[in-house]
Amino acid sequence: MKYAFFPGCVSKGACPELYQSVMQVYPKLGIDLEEMTTASCTGAGVLQEKDEKLGDMLNARTFALAEQQGLPIMTICSTCQGVMSQANHRLITDADYLQGINEILQEEGLTYRGTTTIKHFLWILLEDVGEEALRQRITKPLTGLRAAPFYGCYIQRPTEALGFEEHPDRGKSLERIIEILGAEVVDFPGKTRCCGFPILTINKINSLSMVATHTQDAKSHGADIMVTPCPLCHLNLDGMQSQAAKQEHTTIDLPILHLPQLLGLAMGMDSKSLGLNRNLISPALALARTSIGL
Amino acid sequence: MHTTLRVRRFNPEHDHPSAYYQEYNLDVDPGDSVLDGLIKVRETIDDSLTLRCSCRGAICGSCGMRINGHATLACKTKMVSVASEGEIIQIEPMNNMPVIKDLVTDMASFWSKIRQVQPWLQPQGPPPEAEYTAPPQAMSHLHGVMSCIMCGVCVSDCTVLEVDSQFVGPAALAKAYRFVADPRDSATSQRLKTLNQPGGMWDCTRCMECIQVCPKGVVPMDKIMSLRAKSMAEKIPATCGSRHAEVFTDIIKHKGILDEPMLALRTFGLKHVERLLGMIPMVIQSVLKGKVPLSGPLHRPLSSIRHIQRLFKRARTKS
Repeated sequence: MKYAFFPGCVSKGACPELYQSVMQVYPKLGIDLEEMTTASCTGAGVLQEKDEKLGDMLNARTFALAEQQGLPIMTICSTCQGVMSQANHRLITDADYLQGINEILQEEGLTYRGTTTIKHFLWILLEDVGEEALRQRITKPLTGLRAAPFYGCYIQRPTEALGFEEHPDRGKSLERIIEILGAEVVDFPGKTRCCGFPILTINKINSLSMVATHTQDAKSHGADIMVTPCPLCHLNLDGMQSQAAKQEHTTIDLPILHLPQLLGLAMGMDSKSLGLNRNLISPALALARTSIGL
Repeated sequence: MHTTLRVRRFNPEHDHPSAYYQEYNLDVDPGDSVLDGLIKVRETIDDSLTLRCSCRGAICGSCGMRINGHATLACKTKMVSVASEGEIIQIEPMNNMPVIKDLVTDMASFWSKIRQVQPWLQPQGPPPEAEYTAPPQAMSHLHGVMSCIMCGVCVSDCTVLEVDSQFVGPAALAKAYRFVADPRDSATSQRLKTLNQPGGMWDCTRCMECIQVCPKGVVPMDKIMSLRAKSMAEKIPATCGSRHAEVFTDIIKHKGILDEPMLALRTFGLKHVERLLGMIPMVIQSVLKGKVPLSGPLHRPLSSIRHIQRLFKRARTKS
């Protein structure tokens, strides 16, 4: 199981604990990674607001680089995954469009043949590592921990580009992982909604309202922690949670864990190696209450 | 096929009106639509069940409702596509609008927002002798957006409207795009300036709920993104939204990867210095927690930046 690893800007920037935690867990899962150090940002849907074709060109370059490596791409960010999946969908379903993009890429000595698959770490855990192998790596089941899933829009929609028809279980994959790790799934309506991060710059009040709504909702359904496969969701749900609570004149204090951090805990890794000390809302109290501890 | 329809009921004429769920067990043909099932309930089990429907063919847009948590047209949703034998199908009225009774919602604010974007042609110059015409190839890109049947499904599941009822919403913005992109319309600049205001095009979160639920392939969010691209191309006065997109693109052009501190500094600038100052406590807390970029505080450009910059240049030349 070898992948061309696309870490995404945020795991190397504002969420270094995500990169740190995935580096800790992947070698123990039988996964081999070759990091794509020359691939550009996906555009995150923001560059696409200005020029979608330019975004597709940058992503086609990344896909062509992975083809040269002869490897599928592994992402660790819902937004990277979604933006790349959408770009790939446009490229492989429109031969004329792909040819036009390739005419430009060829001037850089690259051609995208349309064969690259792009998979989030979340999907790789279930589809490639497999449930059985994953269970064998769990040394410290998260028994008693009530975990609320929070996906991030880009790994839920649009389902056509994300391959949900071929892999219908992807829509519930985070719940499945939580169960495998021994924790209890806290289902709540906001799990597939927007965290508000994309409009933080534009409309902070609405953005913080979304943070408060979803974290409070998860708590009211009994969650001890929330887990997300998206670092952008993490930036808002963790980083802006105290401001969101202030805006709504309340306290929330719901720890938000990156997916590999939760996985690492169940694999018996210590909290510091997983970067849990870097999460702004400390999970120490919540985990202590459930006898998992840090 | 045996199924149970779990329907959210609400009758404002009750002494103490409050919503509740009622279950109806029935046998249906697997090929039946959920609307067929509801009509069967109304005709054979409970004639007080209230719903809105007309054409039964996904044309009139009357039967929008939430089925298993997502808004859709009941007439276009087959029972087998949402439940297996014996499973419960949950049916609720559309979200983000008041409920009149049971599955019937008040769409007054929906229509008010559609009117707000002036959904009529505003051409310039003396009127022609007959109708205003345009060559088919100049209109073909509007086929998708003109398929909108005003069912309200996208508005129901809009994540922004959940927290802010003032947002104009995906249906009205898609309708606005239909006229902004119409070659016969002459009010493009004014329309874009209006849509540039708070509550307009920049308030969309890009969550794609509207794309996912639209039963007619209108892809409203893509139209909102096209409005944003047009407003930047037309140099409509910048908002934090447009500056964010412009600066983001420029950073990728110069570094290949995102530089988050630079993005915030250049997006807000001196004009919104209070937003920058407001970030200071969070930045201090992050630094104290060790959330320091692995690529260094200055976010060094990728080693491949020359290649990426040539792509930017060629993309501009080609377009």
